[in-house]
Amino acid sequence: MAALPSIMETTATVPDQPLLSVENISRLFGPEKGCQGVSFDLYPGEVLGIVGESGSGKSTLLSVLSGRSQPQDGVITYRGQQGEIIDLYSSSEAERRTLLRTEWGFVEQNPRDGLRMGVSAGANIGERLMAQGVRNYGVLRQEALDWLQHVEIDANRIDDLPRTFSGGMQQRLQIARNLVSSPRLVFMDEPTGGLDVSVQARLLDLLRRLVRELDLAVVIVTHDLAVARLLADRLMVMRRSRVVESGLTDQILDDPQHPYTQLLVSSVLQP
Amino acid sequence: MMTESEKQVQQGLTEGYNFAYLDEQTKRMIRRGLLKAVAIPGYQVPFGGREMPLPYGWGTGGMQVTAAVLGEQDVLKVIDQGADDTTNAVSIRRFFSRTAGVQTTERTEAATIIQTRHRIPEAELKKDQIMVYQVPIPEPLRFIEPSDSETKTMHALNDYGVMHVKLYEDIAKYGHIATAYAYPVLVDDRYVMDPSPIPKFDNPKLDVSPALMLFGAGREKRLYAVPPYTRVSSLDFDDHPFEIQKWDHSCAICGSDHSYLDEIIVDDSGTREFVCSDTDYCNQRVAQQEKQ
Repeated sequence: MAALPSIMETTATVPDQPLLSVENISRLFGPEKGCQGVSFDLYPGEVLGIVGESGSGKSTLLSVLSGRSQPQDGVITYRGQQGEIIDLYSSSEAERRTLLRTEWGFVEQNPRDGLRMGVSAGANIGERLMAQGVRNYGVLRQEALDWLQHVEIDANRIDDLPRTFSGGMQQRLQIARNLVSSPRLVFMDEPTGGLDVSVQARLLDLLRRLVRELDLAVVIVTHDLAVARLLADRLMVMRRSRVVESGLTDQILDDPQHPYTQLLVSSVLQP
Repeated sequence: MMTESEKQVQQGLTEGYNFAYLDEQTKRMIRRGLLKAVAIPGYQVPFGGREMPLPYGWGTGGMQVTAAVLGEQDVLKVIDQGADDTTNAVSIRRFFSRTAGVQTTERTEAATIIQTRHRIPEAELKKDQIMVYQVPIPEPLRFIEPSDSETKTMHALNDYGVMHVKLYEDIAKYGHIATAYAYPVLVDDRYVMDPSPIPKFDNPKLDVSPALMLFGAGREKRLYAVPPYTRVSSLDFDDHPFEIQKWDHSCAICGSDHSYLDEIIVDDSGTREFVCSDTDYCNQRVAQQEKQ
């Protein structure tokens, strides 16, 4: 995979400047429905977990962060590959789209939303590259084969439609489709939701490996504290549209301060 | 003194039809749409498509465009699959000679307006000629992206990566780009356009053509255009370049080895022959040969 070293070099040059800066963003659909007053910085290579109960505003926050829905208030700035500062919602829609399909990735909870179900696995992986102007079939093909191998899908399945894949394979294909453009920041919305426990474990293993190898910054939304503990460096706990507690993952899970976090942590079944 | 066509127009009016069937307000609306389409080559302009006295899919879009641009002095040629004598071509030609009283012809050089389905004539087009295409599906991105609001955004933002996904699928499945008609083109380096169901054999004829190309989709109510001398390039891959169809045969009637050929079965035992799909071109070649 030729793309790997270049990412590591570029991210290594600006280690102490945040990749994504979020200042006081709000998007409310009603009182305490949505998210409000959220601020944080995300650094290159860092994995940020957002946890909380259903309806606490996790997914709303994620769609605002990823440029999919305009916040009512607040500013999101992103530091591009060349160190340029991009104000997400004051840039044009074309620029936002370009960002979303080059330096960013988005892994949907349901792979059917993130994949093109009508075209083959190879075309799914190649789409981002074609959008970036790669016009050589041989290159696209090789890239697709490489990525299938990275996400542990048999190379023989390259011309099969995603609908013939199992749920876990579809999710892995979706991850490959996002990572092919060597993004620096990936958003994930419950990537392990809807998968059985053993498949979940393999997917988490794979994600952890890719995140470390590619030095990805990740914002991951989950309600599964085990997933958060395994993947995230830092956690934000949300409840009723606000962030009630944030800090290092171990710190929050082992010594929760806010009553809601304490409840959340204690409600996990201990095997 | 009235000319013959003026008399026929008068006659048409007394029978309750306006010149060229459509009322003047509708024609103005279509012309306005066409002006916009010409100003933005390859861009799909919505228009208020009218009910025509034949079903959708039989060329209602093309007929509305023809009706809007037709003048009394125009000479109309109508072709269907390249032929002047097929049902669709004959009935549309008769429709306009009855409702507009215009002259009709089968000769490409003599026509000022050519309404077509599927083909661009083999004979070279001249400036001042107008080609009118009957378009079934104007949206080239629909195969890959069924949402109309999404495809509009993709056109607006020049976000055409998915167009190559279709070609990729072709190569992955068949080993070459198997799309043989409605082959997507890039117009003036900006808009991706579906050149209606013409075979890809005819795509190069769109490029820098001296004639004005107008496209009308009746069911989908869209107009688009390629103005004269506009660059039109067919999409492809570096290692799988765009190619037009080739035949191992020559035309069984005129012997042409460079025109688009139709394969036809001529008897019950399955004997096949290849003949020019452009009947006018074929007839003229035969006439030329007989003279010599």
